Amino acid sequence: MQSVIFQFYFKMITIKNLHASIDGKEILKGLNLEVKAGEVHAIMGPNGAGKSTLASILAGREEYEVTDGTVDFDGKDLLELATEDRAREGLFLAFQYPVEIPGVSNINFLRAALNEIRDYKGEEQISAKDFMTMVREKSAIVELDAKLASRSVNEGFSGGEKKRNEIFQMAMLNPKLAILDETDSGLDIDALRIVANGVNKLKTKENATIVITHYQRLLDYIVPDFVHVLYDGQIVKTGTKELALELEERGYDWIKEEFSK
Amino acid sequence: MSELLNSTEINIINSNGFEGILNEKLKSEALTILETIQFPTTRTEAWKYTRLGKISNKKFNVQKGDISNISKFQISKEATTLVFVNGFLDSSLCSSEIPNGIEFKSITNSTIEFGKNLKLENEIFHSLNTAYATDGVYIHIKANAILDKPLQIIHLLTGEHCIANLRNVIICEKNAQAEVIQGFFTENAEESFTNVVTEIIVEENSHLILNKIQYEDESCYQVSTEQVDQHKNSTFTINTITLNGALVRNNLNIEVNGENCTTNLNGAYLLKGNQHVDNHTLVDHKVAHCESHELYKGVVNDKATAVFNGKVFVRKDAQKINAFQSNANVLLSDDSTVNSKPELEIYADDVKCSHGSTTGQLDEEAVFYLRARGLSEKSARKLMISAFINDVIEKIQNEEVKLFVIQLLQERFDWEK
Ligand SMILES: Nc1ncnc2c1ncn2[C@@H]1O[C@H](COP(=O)(O)OP(=O)(O)O)[C@@H](O)[C@H]1O
Ligand SMILES: [Mg+2]
Repeated sequence: MQSVIFQFYFKMITIKNLHASIDGKEILKGLNLEVKAGEVHAIMGPNGAGKSTLASILAGREEYEVTDGTVDFDGKDLLELATEDRAREGLFLAFQYPVEIPGVSNINFLRAALNEIRDYKGEEQISAKDFMTMVREKSAIVELDAKLASRSVNEGFSGGEKKRNEIFQMAMLNPKLAILDETDSGLDIDALRIVANGVNKLKTKENATIVITHYQRLLDYIVPDFVHVLYDGQIVKTGTKELALELEERGYDWIKEEFSK
Repeated sequence: MSELLNSTEINIINSNGFEGILNEKLKSEALTILETIQFPTTRTEAWKYTRLGKISNKKFNVQKGDISNISKFQISKEATTLVFVNGFLDSSLCSSEIPNGIEFKSITNSTIEFGKNLKLENEIFHSLNTAYATDGVYIHIKANAILDKPLQIIHLLTGEHCIANLRNVIICEKNAQAEVIQGFFTENAEESFTNVVTEIIVEENSHLILNKIQYEDESCYQVSTEQVDQHKNSTFTINTITLNGALVRNNLNIEVNGENCTTNLNGAYLLKGNQHVDNHTLVDHKVAHCESHELYKGVVNDKATAVFNGKVFVRKDAQKINAFQSNANVLLSDDSTVNSKPELEIYADDVKCSHGSTTGQLDEEAVFYLRARGLSEKSARKLMISAFINDVIEKIQNEEVKLFVIQLLQERFDWEK
């Protein structure tokens, strides 16, 4: 029983003093963040603040150079792991701009990915039958048409379908930590509700979610435990969901004034 | 005979006493050409991107070979099969029963007329073939015959510095329908050379599919010409899959001589190491109301080079032609090269023609996306490459052939399932 309690408070990810740059330009300038199992964190901030950069670095995009800092992911040094191993350890990034991959079938690649993850963990391969059952179940969570699930990855999908496909994949891979980068952008209110409901259904005490967003609106549906403001490469403010409402009302100018040097 | 051989300028063949099997008149015509002809250099337009030094500096022997087991070269298990080793029919390896309504045998036993449409002048490989061909297949599908099983020809090359000059003839008579599979493989071959010419006549309202798989050793050479004469209302389809070979040159010359014809040319090449593969195609629309579709796709890695030259001719009176051509390439390394040259020459005014050529790299964003879902980098790249090439592989309707190609890909590129 004790282990369950321990797990509840387990630190999922701890980011300390993260500095990162691209093409010699520093984007993250000493970022700190800690997320525990069972929590939902929202990261808000103006355009260009570095939100997607943070998500990309955590997922392992190689164009960025980490110049300082550490990231501990469930006891592992995240920055030392290859992109695929981060995914296999349970990190998931829902892309702000999901990529279209003509000719690569969505479910075929997911099955291959799932099996490589299982292989990594020393688990058995999933049978074709179990896999299809899983596809049916998980696509229902985000009301993604089964036909879309089996088409080429994101090819010819509408903006909303792409975002739903991201959450469908998240459901299939069942990550420990999901980072949703502007998953709400481009969604109408119905699609937003569907996607948010999907994310909520996947929430457990053992996993955690980081929701990156521009708009408070999403947070009406996915209620965060903490709201952070990312500005100029740092987390400059942390609060509860009320902070999101304040940002919605007042915009980011006051943050900019307060924190720009 | 050996006297004649010694008189040639081009002296790359040691015939070892084997005589060419074509008629004396053709042979002497070819030998006369060979007396004065030179190997083309890159100054010759048709060979601009393909150097022939690897072939022209060597001497190749005509020599019988011995191969005991062909099971791994059997592209189709259900097909009726003939096997040639080093340019000679090996009857011990062939199917014993030939279906009704066709002739399917060694060309040495036929009395047909060769070379009607094949140009010898300035064509060194055609001339070499005509002078020295040791054997080949003769396929004659009689009028109205519909074959329910494919015909398969397996060409094997074995030994060092050997040459196989093969001369094939395929005649598909009126209203007939057939599929022919040609596979080119090697066993313990080194720096050997296949020079093959196939003359094809697709008669009125007949349908012929040719599936050609080239998988010779990475040290071997092949020059291959299909000379096709299409009559009215006929369909001719050729799928050329090239997965190995040091230097491979394919010449497809299609003369569309009758109205309402359809011509499909599909090709896929996946190259690595120092391979050089050159596909030259010519579709000559001589008459009206025809269509041609051409799709060639290639993936080129390491220091390999691919050449594509696709020419579509639409003659003055050939109105209402629809001709489409596309060549797409992916370069996987800094040292890989593609030379792609689509050419349209159109002399009619009421035609619909298009061509496109693209050369790019794998979409690294997509590779990252797949890896971010847990796929290894190798699997991600494999998936993207097979997706790219799949447009061509899907054109192969014969499931056995398609599966065989996929297996070869896995073997050649170390792709596990
Ligand atoms: N590939 C790149 N090269 C140069 N600068 C970049 C690159 N990608 C992002 N940036 C810069 O990094 C900053 C942060 O971008 P991003 O992380 O996308 O912001 P956000 O997601 O918060 O809107 C911006 O100023 C952007 O212009
Ligand atoms: Mg962003």
